[in-house]
Amino acid sequence: MTETTTNRWDEFMEGIWKQNPIFVMTLGMCPTLAVTVSAVNALSMGLATTFVLMASCALVSMMRNIVPKEVRIATYIVIIATFVTSVDYLIQAISLRLYDALGAFIQLIVVNCIILGRAEAHASKNPLLPAVTNALGMGVGFTIGLLSLGTVREILGSGTLFGVPLFGEHFQPWVIMVLPPGGFFVLGAWLLLFAWRARRAQRKLAEATHHA
Amino acid sequence: MSEQTMPAAQTPTVAMIRTLGLVAAICGLIIVGAYEGTYDAVTANKKLAIERSVYQVVPEAKSVVEYHALPGGDVVPAGDAKTPDGAIRFFAGYDADGKLVGVAAEAGAKGYADTVRIMFGYRPDCQCINGISVVSMRETPGVGDKIRSDKKFLANFDKLDVRLKDDMSALAHDVVTVKHGTKTDPWQIDAISGATITSRAVGRGIDAAAQALLPKLVPNLNKLASKS
Repeated sequence: MTETTTNRWDEFMEGIWKQNPIFVMTLGMCPTLAVTVSAVNALSMGLATTFVLMASCALVSMMRNIVPKEVRIATYIVIIATFVTSVDYLIQAISLRLYDALGAFIQLIVVNCIILGRAEAHASKNPLLPAVTNALGMGVGFTIGLLSLGTVREILGSGTLFGVPLFGEHFQPWVIMVLPPGGFFVLGAWLLLFAWRARRAQRKLAEATHHA
Repeated sequence: MSEQTMPAAQTPTVAMIRTLGLVAAICGLIIVGAYEGTYDAVTANKKLAIERSVYQVVPEAKSVVEYHALPGGDVVPAGDAKTPDGAIRFFAGYDADGKLVGVAAEAGAKGYADTVRIMFGYRPDCQCINGISVVSMRETPGVGDKIRSDKKFLANFDKLDVRLKDDMSALAHDVVTVKHGTKTDPWQIDAISGATITSRAVGRGIDAAAQALLPKLVPNLNKLASKS
């Protein structure tokens, strides 16, 4: 393997910052908007997706030389579905309450385009280690994205964080935040923030070159 | 399928089948492993969830004994035995003095996405259902899953009438779910508007379970009256 450490670090950071699945690529919006009513749900969904992403990419990468291209999508779907089923059992074993809260969205990880996208675009063309590193980065990026929605929605919509009450008894929860529209509002606000930052950085750069 | 799109290197069908077979075999092994590995924990969790819902629908209960209502019409304590064929499992809740305060049983019916399984509490003194709790469901978050939290809907299960006919063969009135806002009788369930399918599933499930269990349970209530 010829990769240097910096390359691997870039591989990992790609999913967290430059190609963050939620804020940059806006992929996987269905679970993003649906399960982020609380930080715990967001975190567990993020971790479940990360696990599926890493395991599937590892297997896809290991099998990349023996999978004929005609049947690659079918193969990837079977592999992804396998790990989703495993995660499904695992979450049932950990907590049925969490399982109920995440509901159908655990099974829907199968059709999360982040995973199929990674398998097709990255894992099928790269050796095991870079593939897993990249998948881990994407998974962590996805988890961070979910968490940034989940925490905001839980704080505003229920006045708690990870189930711990933050405000006094007189806190009047902003209920719409835990309802589906709240997901769009919070996602929109985050995207706005990132777009504003990007534009400001661009303007600064332009000014700097202008002065020089 | 892709003879036209992939003109360069044709993969022989055998290779495709071989790869798919290999992938299927590996994936099958992984799933079986995951199932076996988590089986004990999942069963323990489910048992705990059932016990929790029994105490929820019979809140006065201090202890719970599992019973089986046999097809012949007898009720026997379950012990550690598995539920025999055709028998119905239910739970008798006793207060601190060992007096029967209520009976809990499971009901299930097909909802919008999957079977909605609930636990309901039956009270012998009023011959009514008092309280339900959801054991498992897959209903749409924010729509069907309101049966867990909608206060107006849950108010249906404050003394829902399940009296038996005089000959104890069936319920005097079937439990039915009616359209939101049209409940007139104590054996009707007022559906949640927007979640009618799930509300109906709850009604159908309770009706089926009560029709099956109560004709066997009620004649034997004296047997259960105090904790043995």
